[in-house]
Amino acid sequence: MKTLLKYFHNYKIECVLGPLFKLLEASFELFIPLLVKRLIDTGIATKDRDYIIRTVIVMVVLGAVGLTCSLIAQYFSAKAAVGFSAGVKKDVFAHLMELSYADIDKLGTSAMITRMTSDINTLQGGVNMVLRLFLRSPFVVLGAVIMAFTIDVRTALIFVVTVILLSIVVYGIMLITSPRYRSIQGRLDNITGITRSTLNGVRVIRAFCNEENEQKEFNDETKALVKLQIATGKISALLNPVTFMIINACTVWLLWKGAVMVDTGRLTQGDVVALVNYMSQILVELIKLANLIVLLARSLASANRIADVLHINPSMHEGSIDMTWTGKPCYVRFSNVSARYSGNAEPSLEGVSFVAAPGQVVGIIGGTGSGKTTLVNLIPRFYDASEGDIEIDALNVRDYTYDALRKKIAVVPQKSVLFSGTVRDNILFGNKEATDDEIIDALKIAQAYDFIKEKKGALDHEVTQGGGNFSGGQKQRLCIARALVKKPGILILDDSSSALDFATDAAFRKALRDMPEPPTTFIVSQRTSSVMHADTIIVLDEGKPVGIGTHEDLMRGCETYREIYDSQYVSSGKGASR
Amino acid sequence: MSKNDEKKNVNKSTEILKRTDIEKRLLKTGKNESENVRIIKRILLYISPYKKYIYGSLISAAVSAILSLLIPILTGDAIDKVAGTGKVDWNGLIVILIIMILVIALSAAAQWIMNACNNHITFSTVRAVRKAAMKKINNLPVSYFDKHPTGETVSRIISDVDQFSDGLLLGFTQFFTGVITILGTIILMLTINPVITLVVVLLTPLSFLVASFIARITYKQFKTQVEVRGQQTNIITEMLEQEKVVKAFSYEERAEEIFGKNNDELARTSLKAVFYSSLTNPSTRFINNMVYAGVAVTGAFSAISGRISVGGLAAFLGYANQYTKPFNEISGVVTELQNAIACAGRVFDLIDEEPRKPEDEDALILGLIKAETDDKKSQVRAAGALNGDIRFSDVSFSYTRDKELLKNVNVFAGKGKRIAIVGPTGCGKTTLINLLMRFYDVDDGAVTIDGYDVRHLTRHSLRRAFGMVLQDTWLKPGTIRDNIIMGKPDATDEEMIAAARASHAHSFIRQLEHGYDTVIGEDGGSLSQGQKQLICISRVMLMHPPMLILDEATSSIDTRTELKIQNAFAKLMEGRTSFIVAHRLSTIREADSILVMKDGNIIEQGDHKTLLEKGGFYSTLYKSQFEG
Repeated sequence: MKTLLKYFHNYKIECVLGPLFKLLEASFELFIPLLVKRLIDTGIATKDRDYIIRTVIVMVVLGAVGLTCSLIAQYFSAKAAVGFSAGVKKDVFAHLMELSYADIDKLGTSAMITRMTSDINTLQGGVNMVLRLFLRSPFVVLGAVIMAFTIDVRTALIFVVTVILLSIVVYGIMLITSPRYRSIQGRLDNITGITRSTLNGVRVIRAFCNEENEQKEFNDETKALVKLQIATGKISALLNPVTFMIINACTVWLLWKGAVMVDTGRLTQGDVVALVNYMSQILVELIKLANLIVLLARSLASANRIADVLHINPSMHEGSIDMTWTGKPCYVRFSNVSARYSGNAEPSLEGVSFVAAPGQVVGIIGGTGSGKTTLVNLIPRFYDASEGDIEIDALNVRDYTYDALRKKIAVVPQKSVLFSGTVRDNILFGNKEATDDEIIDALKIAQAYDFIKEKKGALDHEVTQGGGNFSGGQKQRLCIARALVKKPGILILDDSSSALDFATDAAFRKALRDMPEPPTTFIVSQRTSSVMHADTIIVLDEGKPVGIGTHEDLMRGCETYREIYDSQYVSSGKGASR
Repeated sequence: MSKNDEKKNVNKSTEILKRTDIEKRLLKTGKNESENVRIIKRILLYISPYKKYIYGSLISAAVSAILSLLIPILTGDAIDKVAGTGKVDWNGLIVILIIMILVIALSAAAQWIMNACNNHITFSTVRAVRKAAMKKINNLPVSYFDKHPTGETVSRIISDVDQFSDGLLLGFTQFFTGVITILGTIILMLTINPVITLVVVLLTPLSFLVASFIARITYKQFKTQVEVRGQQTNIITEMLEQEKVVKAFSYEERAEEIFGKNNDELARTSLKAVFYSSLTNPSTRFINNMVYAGVAVTGAFSAISGRISVGGLAAFLGYANQYTKPFNEISGVVTELQNAIACAGRVFDLIDEEPRKPEDEDALILGLIKAETDDKKSQVRAAGALNGDIRFSDVSFSYTRDKELLKNVNVFAGKGKRIAIVGPTGCGKTTLINLLMRFYDVDDGAVTIDGYDVRHLTRHSLRRAFGMVLQDTWLKPGTIRDNIIMGKPDATDEEMIAAARASHAHSFIRQLEHGYDTVIGEDGGSLSQGQKQLICISRVMLMHPPMLILDEATSSIDTRTELKIQNAFAKLMEGRTSFIVAHRLSTIREADSILVMKDGNIIEQGDHKTLLEKGGFYSTLYKSQFEG
């Protein structure tokens, strides 16, 4: 929470004025019982009608002033709360944008989205309520007690006892119920989990005739939830009746004590009425406060989660070399590079060394989980190598600024991702200065121009969120075009032609080769056909390079490569024989 | 596999979008009164089993409301007994105070009983609704799940039902007590002094007028806020879900710029919406204060002329406070109830979804031999030993009316034959399988097994006859064991391990800390896609099904492991009719017959050799593998 306090900085005045006006309003309210007392003791006792009217006018004026104060308070609170959350949101968003891939993996996308949306909204509501009400309720309670003291010190002690008793009860019940509420939340999460998995696995569940099983699991879980909810409900249902009982019991005590005082002449009848009124004001405020505490607890939880995000230090830092990008193909060198993901015992990549001359094509092949993607992710510094050095144009990647580094490199990721906007917007994502001619060139190389041409509006064709209106292969080709329009010095194709049929894939690779100044290209693939024409092929097996060389070299000298090749080209029976 | 992840992510984001949707729904409610009445009736139907608790709740609500209304009167009486120095009626006072204590205790007890009853009603009803919804889900046609994102349905069963239960609980607790309190107050006030009562009753509607006036102003502001917030959620979801791409293209700054612009706009609209909506409380409180002042002045005048005692005035002032409170609460409850009804409506919509076509009364049980069962009913329906002749005759099918997919498809797969289906994405490969498993029904023509139309077989017997491995490597949250024995729950450990060995899953499972008892989470936890697929294959290896469907079953496994598994599959497929969908041509070369599909039609059919010699679409596809 402390981390977030600084966002109130620009709203200091509002934060002071909001509660202040609220307190002013509350203090006016505290005078009402005193006025009633005067009404009874002076007005009615002396039958002075003018006095009564004057007193009531004072009441109305107090009410009107109270309303004004309250409106001012609401305005300042709203301004502070909204401004606060806008500030937090802006910074959290910027902070999230700074995180490295490793940080993103650790945090998880859905957590990031929840922080940015529901958590901040809850927090905004909480801040608004706190500014408006949180100071008010304790103030009224305290004020009522103080006013009681001004009437009579000894009877006022009853108020002190009441407040202490109430605090114990409220705190006690919350102490007992809050762990139970947490386990209720846990049960509910389980039910969400079961529901989601039933929906996602509907085909498999039905294929294996497992519907009844799923239903039974769901029913058991909801049964357990209901049991817990009813049991907890019984305890929390005590809160209102018990506070009600305490306050009214104390009222009875007050009346008794008051009677004694009136009898001896220490108090008037009006005094007793005023004291009883103060007691009921306390009741009203406490009920409000109890509701508020629930909201406050939720907001605090959200605030802590948001602060946790802000506390994540980006795990990588950029270098300082910032150079203007020339558009020339780059020279890439790996010397004895290893990489390990945090939390994994085994390195995902171990001892990789190779050199790629400008314009060369490097193929990377290997089984699932062999470290192919890890290798290429090290080049644009999506992750950092745990050992060894990676150099681009003779400079360590860690010495470049992110901007300088990533301007040299274009990546086509495994997963084809498009953004909402037009086709042009999506391609410009790579290079906002590209002309339409350059875009069309890129589309042509990516084998995407033919189908884009056919679409309504061509480059202006709308892409829906997530690119739902394009097929997998089309999306992949648009992603390739987006990378090409950057005119990169290094192009990384991370299994990015998997959704293309073999003919299109081949045509694309040919077009790439025929570019006037082709970038240094890394092709990650499971298909030998995609890499066999590369200048260098790196064969990975469980993170270790087991062969580096041309197709012919590897066919002769690398057993793993030959096995992969055979598994794809020779009929399965022969390929399996060892 | 990335497709699957993508789908999941989209679902997540729609779920989050749904949350802000609640606001939208709030704005929309009240549009259709008769619809609301229908929903309320339906809710009452769900509540009716808990009559005992409803009566308990209603009675204790009435008791607690009436008793707590007596307290101000008693307090007033007590004050009247304390007229002044030496003028205290001790005996009277003691009696009143004792009555007060009894009233307080009883009222508190009644309050507790009411709360407990309401909890019971609400939570049990919610459970019944959830159960019904889940039951429906297990009975919906697969097309429902293909059309509705998971997140949307999950949010109906979880958050909508929660909203509905909150509304129900609040409605029960406050609506009824509120009404009783208002009525009780009016009656009790009338018994003390009709004139002052009139003042209270006449002034109160003012607070309603003010509240509804403010609500009208706020409505517009809220609507703009909802729109801008929706845009913001879209930006956040898109940029954060794809943050890796955003970073790869150094798009961070531009993303922040776009977000910042929207964020400022949201702050502007939010300020208005929050401020206007916060006007309600102070304004109604002001009206309440006016009522209070009105009571004070008329009451004081009446007291002077002796028509009311000082205690009576004190009681009146107490009522004036209490009387307006339930009004404010009820207007809050009405909003809450409207929201609850809207949510209940959404859940009921799900419960009312058209279920899949019910099975025929006399649907046959595939694979059941008459002599093997004693059950008379089943004997009539036994279809006899399964042979495994699968035939598609003149099958036409489309997912949506306007886009025809399959047209007059004819396929015959004799017992023990291996049929491979190849073709570009979206050509209808998976559709054939959807029809075979009856996830969807044909529009025209028929799919038959051993001559029986699949629509005339029980779904369970049909599906039990197939072993299916899909590209979508869904695993059930639970242990690995649970997942493997899914198709054969009574399998022994030896059988299970043998199946896992055959699919080359045993070695990695053994290395896990808890072996077969390792619990895997919702999305398969730390297992790789390939490992998950191996478990899915083990599942089928254990079943020894009479027929097999492999839909891109090895797409996430590297080609070397795949080769090894192929052998196991080959063994499994011996003598079994099987359908194999693949885009790796190497995996389908061995098939007895290859169906080459394009745009919903089977354009070529034959074995690998003849198709290659024919030099058609298949041979182009195949050859492109060799030419870089």
